[in-house]
Amino acid sequence: MSGALDYLQDLDRSVFDGANQQSYALKAQKGLSEALIRRISSDKKEPEWMLAHRLKSLAAFLKMPLPKFGVDLSDIDFESLIYYAAPSEMGGYATKWEDVPDDIKKTFERLGIPEAERKVLAGTGAQYDSLNAYHKLKEEWEAKGVLFEDMDIALQKYPDLVKKYFMKCVPLHDHKFAALHGAVWSGGTFLYIPEGVKVTAPLQAYFRMNAKSMGQFEHTLIVVESGGEAHYIEGCSAPKYGSTSLHAGCVEIFVKPSAKFRYSSVENWSQDTYNLNTKRAIVEENAIMEWVGGNLGSGRTMLYPCSILKGRGARADHLGVAFANAGQIQDTGAKVMHLAPDTSSTVLSKSISKNGGVNVYRGLLHVAKGATGAKSQIRCDALILDALSKNDTFPTMRIQEDDVSIGHEASVGRISEEQLFYLQSRGISEEAALAMIVNGFIEPIVKALPLEYAVEMNRLIEMEMERAIA
Amino acid sequence: MALLSITNLKVKVESKEILHGLNLKIGAGEVHAIMGPNGSGKSTLASTLMGHPRYTVTDGSVKLGTKDLLGMRPEERAAAGLFLAFQYPKEIPGVNLVSFLRAAYNSVMGARKKSFKPVPLYTFKKQVQEMMERLKLPLSFLNRNVNEGFSGGEKKKVEILQMALLEPKLAVLDETDSGLDIDALKTICEAIAEVRKPEQSIVMITHYERMLKYLKPDFIHIMIDGRVVMSGGKELAKKLEKEGYDYVRRQIPSSLKML
Repeated sequence: MSGALDYLQDLDRSVFDGANQQSYALKAQKGLSEALIRRISSDKKEPEWMLAHRLKSLAAFLKMPLPKFGVDLSDIDFESLIYYAAPSEMGGYATKWEDVPDDIKKTFERLGIPEAERKVLAGTGAQYDSLNAYHKLKEEWEAKGVLFEDMDIALQKYPDLVKKYFMKCVPLHDHKFAALHGAVWSGGTFLYIPEGVKVTAPLQAYFRMNAKSMGQFEHTLIVVESGGEAHYIEGCSAPKYGSTSLHAGCVEIFVKPSAKFRYSSVENWSQDTYNLNTKRAIVEENAIMEWVGGNLGSGRTMLYPCSILKGRGARADHLGVAFANAGQIQDTGAKVMHLAPDTSSTVLSKSISKNGGVNVYRGLLHVAKGATGAKSQIRCDALILDALSKNDTFPTMRIQEDDVSIGHEASVGRISEEQLFYLQSRGISEEAALAMIVNGFIEPIVKALPLEYAVEMNRLIEMEMERAIA
Repeated sequence: MALLSITNLKVKVESKEILHGLNLKIGAGEVHAIMGPNGSGKSTLASTLMGHPRYTVTDGSVKLGTKDLLGMRPEERAAAGLFLAFQYPKEIPGVNLVSFLRAAYNSVMGARKKSFKPVPLYTFKKQVQEMMERLKLPLSFLNRNVNEGFSGGEKKKVEILQMALLEPKLAVLDETDSGLDIDALKTICEAIAEVRKPEQSIVMITHYERMLKYLKPDFIHIMIDGRVVMSGGKELAKKLEKEGYDYVRRQIPSSLKML
């Protein structure tokens, strides 16, 4: 652990947030209009149905009110946001590694991100082609019929498949930001796992990430056919250049009977971002869906991954960590809908509040009439590091069936002076001791991540721990 | 020159004074026992030496060699060569023993020697495993969370493992015998004897005489009401072993009601 800290001396969060100074879309158009929607669709040479979907979404967005719960969103000025920027309009956006600010390069070095990957993360283009490992993996997957593509490209290459599933899990009328997403979505990931195919290595988003497509309205569409298995991981743990201060992505996952899927993400948007992401999975008979999420960064977050347990024996596990530092509100949680008998779910949420940061756990557990034998265990642990910081828990339960087993536990803790003293008496500095205790607190969740992400997550937490009051 | 010199040490917790001017000198390589009834201030002394934030020193001085301990943070005291085996070792959920031990080792050794390079996990593991075998500790403990689910005896043994790793000049053992049955006590004393180096000094704080039998101290100090009231050598140890606190009662009648 002290090894990790060595990398992080003199490094703080401002490095991440400073990256926003160059707006990459200087020439891009602000505001939302039907003309813009038509332009996005024609730029991308989309089929007619997609344009129709975009226009319908726009109409819905304009009519729908802001959500009446969670963080205050009234400050978002929809007219001044940039919703879409064509590559040619990305003035000021670093397209060469040499143009990336030194601070950012240093951050990557300290995080221990390999060179090739750094370039991709910095958005300087698709350097991954040179990675043999990627090619090998890709060939293997392709031989088995796995499709792993940029969402824009997938729409061109597999229009029928995309049409069958696109926004069927998160319908455009779901809420205002789902509608906005439906209107302006761009880029993202398409992943298709054929029947019975088990992909053992985690599929990593950065392998196919490139500068143009990683917008703030990316769409992730994942279909795992019967008996298929995969683990997809998305790391936003590096600083990201944002053209807007709003992120409204959408993740839709279809887990077919007896399939198993794990979706992991580490989100670390810059401080001026509203992160209003919608993530949902439909889980069929005897299928398993696992969510592993880390939310750091971003000033305001509203994110509640949702599992719809549709088939008998379906299972969902939600693991989440949220870190709220000075000026941040992390309003996160989990939603689970038990719609069939013998379905089961677990939720483990861990939050850390520091320097006046606010964490809110907002959960919904719904058990429909007829979902006999449903089981659910929910556990929320909050760690509050100082008197300025806050934590709230709002667990909502709607249980319409009697034959169920439901458990809910919540704990709020502070770092104990005794634990700190114990570690310090062993020569460990107070700062390192705090980071160690906090990393220990989130360990049950971090250990579900692949090793390199777990290490990175721990380092990010250490950086947050070092960050002084702004 | 003494390794540890405590002069007129006064300590309070919240507003209550617990140590009322304590004096003690420990030489290099010596084993001392501090005995006394509950509430006499033994554990306060141990915590104060290590720098627990709840204990406020209002007067006096504590020197380790030439260094003034009282001006240092706990981690600096550890680097200076002080070690405290806790009466109640703390659990650290989610942190496995090996990463904790390595962080401690790298910090302490790094602070002691400029040229020290942090030991990689693999090398460190081998080093610890060797030590654990000597202490008859199961190697599987390395992957378990610090002190979580360890029995009383196991916790105390892991404290001794830490003592062995961190190579202190002076180890203070705070009621290491408490909560242990006679077999566990014997095992832990053997473990201490096994890893202790001749130049290291030990201060064992205990409520009972039974530890004296195994860890033959060179000096014994009796503490009552925040002061050392009686000190002696091996003869005092023998007398205590035979007669217990009755001996002290006879020598210092005013201590009767305290004992």
